[in-house]
Amino acid sequence: MRVRLRWSKQGKIRFCGHRDAARIWERAVRRAGLPVAYSQGFSPRPRISFGLALATGQESVAEYLDVDLRASGEELYDWAAGMPERLSAVLPDGMTVHDACPLRPGAVSLQEAVTSCTWEFALTKTDTALAAAWVEQVRSADSLPLQRERKGRTTTSDVRSAVGDLHILDASDRSVLVAELGTKPRAVRPAEFLHLIAPPLAAGCVRRLHQWITRDGERYEPLAPEAGALAPGGDVLAAASIDAVPAAQQEVCA
Amino acid sequence: MRSLWPDLEPLLDQVQRPARYIGGEEGAVAAAHGPGKVAWLLCYPDSYEVGLPNQGLQILYEILNERGDATAERAYAPWGDLEALMRRQGLPLFSVDTHLAAGEFDILAFNLSSELVYTNVLNLIDLAGVAVRSADRSGDDLLVGAGGHCAFNPEPLADFVDFFVLGDGEEVVGEITEAVVAHRAGGRREVLGALAGVDGVYVPAAYRVSYCGSSTVVTPRWVEAPDVVEKRTIPSLGDWPYPKRQLVPLTEVVHDRLNVEVFRGCTRGCRFCQAGMITRPVRERPAEQVRTMVSEGLRRTGYDEVALTSLSTADFSGIEQLVADVVGPEDGAGGAGCPAVTVSLPSLRVDAFTVGIAAELQRARRTGLTFAPEAGSWRLRQVINKLISAEDLDAAVEGAFSQGWRRVKLYFLVGLPTETDEDVLGIAALARRCVELGRRHVRGASVTVSVGGFVPKPQTPFQWFGQNTVEELRRKIALLADDLRADRSVRLKWHDPEATLVEGLASRGDRRLGAVIEDVWRSGGTFQEWSEHFDYRLWLDAMERHGLSVEDCAYRHRSDSEALPWDHLSAGLHKDFLWQDWQDALAESGLEDCRWTPCYDCGACTGYGIEHVVASATPPAGGSQGTGQDLLRPGPVPVRLLETRQPAGVS
Repeated sequence: MRVRLRWSKQGKIRFCGHRDAARIWERAVRRAGLPVAYSQGFSPRPRISFGLALATGQESVAEYLDVDLRASGEELYDWAAGMPERLSAVLPDGMTVHDACPLRPGAVSLQEAVTSCTWEFALTKTDTALAAAWVEQVRSADSLPLQRERKGRTTTSDVRSAVGDLHILDASDRSVLVAELGTKPRAVRPAEFLHLIAPPLAAGCVRRLHQWITRDGERYEPLAPEAGALAPGGDVLAAASIDAVPAAQQEVCA
Repeated sequence: MRSLWPDLEPLLDQVQRPARYIGGEEGAVAAAHGPGKVAWLLCYPDSYEVGLPNQGLQILYEILNERGDATAERAYAPWGDLEALMRRQGLPLFSVDTHLAAGEFDILAFNLSSELVYTNVLNLIDLAGVAVRSADRSGDDLLVGAGGHCAFNPEPLADFVDFFVLGDGEEVVGEITEAVVAHRAGGRREVLGALAGVDGVYVPAAYRVSYCGSSTVVTPRWVEAPDVVEKRTIPSLGDWPYPKRQLVPLTEVVHDRLNVEVFRGCTRGCRFCQAGMITRPVRERPAEQVRTMVSEGLRRTGYDEVALTSLSTADFSGIEQLVADVVGPEDGAGGAGCPAVTVSLPSLRVDAFTVGIAAELQRARRTGLTFAPEAGSWRLRQVINKLISAEDLDAAVEGAFSQGWRRVKLYFLVGLPTETDEDVLGIAALARRCVELGRRHVRGASVTVSVGGFVPKPQTPFQWFGQNTVEELRRKIALLADDLRADRSVRLKWHDPEATLVEGLASRGDRRLGAVIEDVWRSGGTFQEWSEHFDYRLWLDAMERHGLSVEDCAYRHRSDSEALPWDHLSAGLHKDFLWQDWQDALAESGLEDCRWTPCYDCGACTGYGIEHVVASATPPAGGSQGTGQDLLRPGPVPVRLLETRQPAGVS
């Protein structure tokens, strides 16, 4: 049976890439003594499915992964309930598991289901007025052409519809830009987003705050019952949000 | 003390693989610095990926951090992209543990496992913010130390490193720490004098060098310095169950697995092998301790692979039982469905017995198996004392293919003493023979032949041998390539003969080579062991500028009568034993493994009052084990048996 986890990656560990994180996870599930299922074949690996890759250097408080356990029924709920603590204890500093929940069989995979992400950009060398103007330009644009290169070919597509809500949070000494960017059919990357309007904005730390699944006009997070999470406590897990992250872990990216 | 992390962090967004600079590995120690403590910065002079797995540094890291009077952190060579940014911003070499500047430490200590890292050592001393030459450092400047296999001829680095450690580091790092604590109030000269008096420590400044004809004579000029520095040897590996907490990196590195050293030292007596000569005698770890280190290590790290390391792991007493215990039941420790642990044995011996063990290890996936016959003919294998008979090799290769392996990899050296073209072509014949044996069992059986150029090493019987020229090595490789051209099943790979020459220059060079190393470094020649960075021209030009000849340093045969640049440093081996072994080599006469036959007094045991430590005085299964040895000759066997545990109920 499959269990979905929400975890965070903050601080120095943000410099570990997606592949490195995958290796860390494989060791962590073994160290935590979980009854994890293994793939078949010559070199069996723990069956873990990762969601959308986070670029090296980015932080996140909304990473998700699905892991298959050799357990079911009540036992599965018990394992899931213990996973945040067990796994956080064996993960490196900066990686923490916040929630875990069994998934309904047949639940759509993270890769397929997630339609947008909310990102936070700590803006550097930008006064608030400049950033506000930039945001206004994006908001009022009818089209946002994005040039991308793939396999040596340059293509231009209009990503206006993929750029959702965006706003600036004013802190005392700097500003923080929060933006929701679509992932379908192709994700608008945070770095690409900042270059949509020239001159581009320069950001220090980039942090993923949420992953969203929008279906039939409803928006929810991957651990919501609508996404397939089987929570005995119901809405407790559905309410999983950035507020669940201790403050101490939020200020790592200066 | 201030962490450089805030300065470093913005740079890491601009470099490749930034995870190698963040520290935070499982097993890393929260370094506790203090005013009375000696702070060591243990540095591997290559990239993090290559350096982190180094077991020597990990062992010393733990031992030092367990002491009340020391603290240790780690550093690695930053890759070129980060180094450029660091130099632009004036950031010095830093520790990955707490990101302290190197200058905050008392000792910067390098592991030297390859000669081609020497220019990196200079670069890192410079990046640490102190003068590159020892003579230009003063007062509280970092003390620069180095150990590892290359320390057995440290002369090329003698002008840059304040002290070298010969042999096992486990005990001596503590003594060095104590000497620094006791003498640092007296100033740098007093500290160095005290270090020169520590057994196993060589302080180059305490010696004078004179050159007389082809001889290099190094003699003490300080009273504290002994005439000959003897290596350190820990008598029992069982007393040092380190690393207890092997570091688990957060990013991919070489040998990314649990490593447990099952014995140290090797008395197979391969004459080209420096490691086997300088690490004598054989000291086995008790099997019970190996099992504990493996099971605890796997549980702690989450690795699913363990390497049982040594110079020839199949020689470990009771290796079959050990392997069976470590591999465990088909369903791994985690119960049904959980795969078994993968066990790897680097340095496999060439015989059927070994293949049997390998079969036990790789139950499922049998892709490739590696053997190292080293030479293409029985005659030449007698010269180098790698006594693998053609029958042993056939049995090993046939065993491998018949048990499902599809690819066999064979390692050879070219440029060995007395080598003829016939010996070189023997490599091709041997490869073809392997393919033929393979085809009896596997369709598409293939053989990879990997050829390295031989570099004569100090403290070995071949230290007098004139290395083959670059041209000669090229010619031999071409001969081989030509002969194998038509064989689609044999793949030939070879090592760059130019890099082989440079390794040879540094391997047996004297103190005058220091200027060349400095020159190459100043011309930008770092990371020379990486083929994409190796720059032969820089070395040749520097040799010429400093009036040194390649012919004299590497190509000429040395004589019995000349003093060698490392004669004042001892790995315990009598020079007349080495010379006799060299003469035996030329006479194509083999020498037995003294672990199981009478002592021939090489000096390593007798000189230090120590003995082999093995659990079994008789060789394991496999008879002569492919050495062609006559094991029936009587005589006392210099073996100290490990204590075996009494069965329960027996008092």
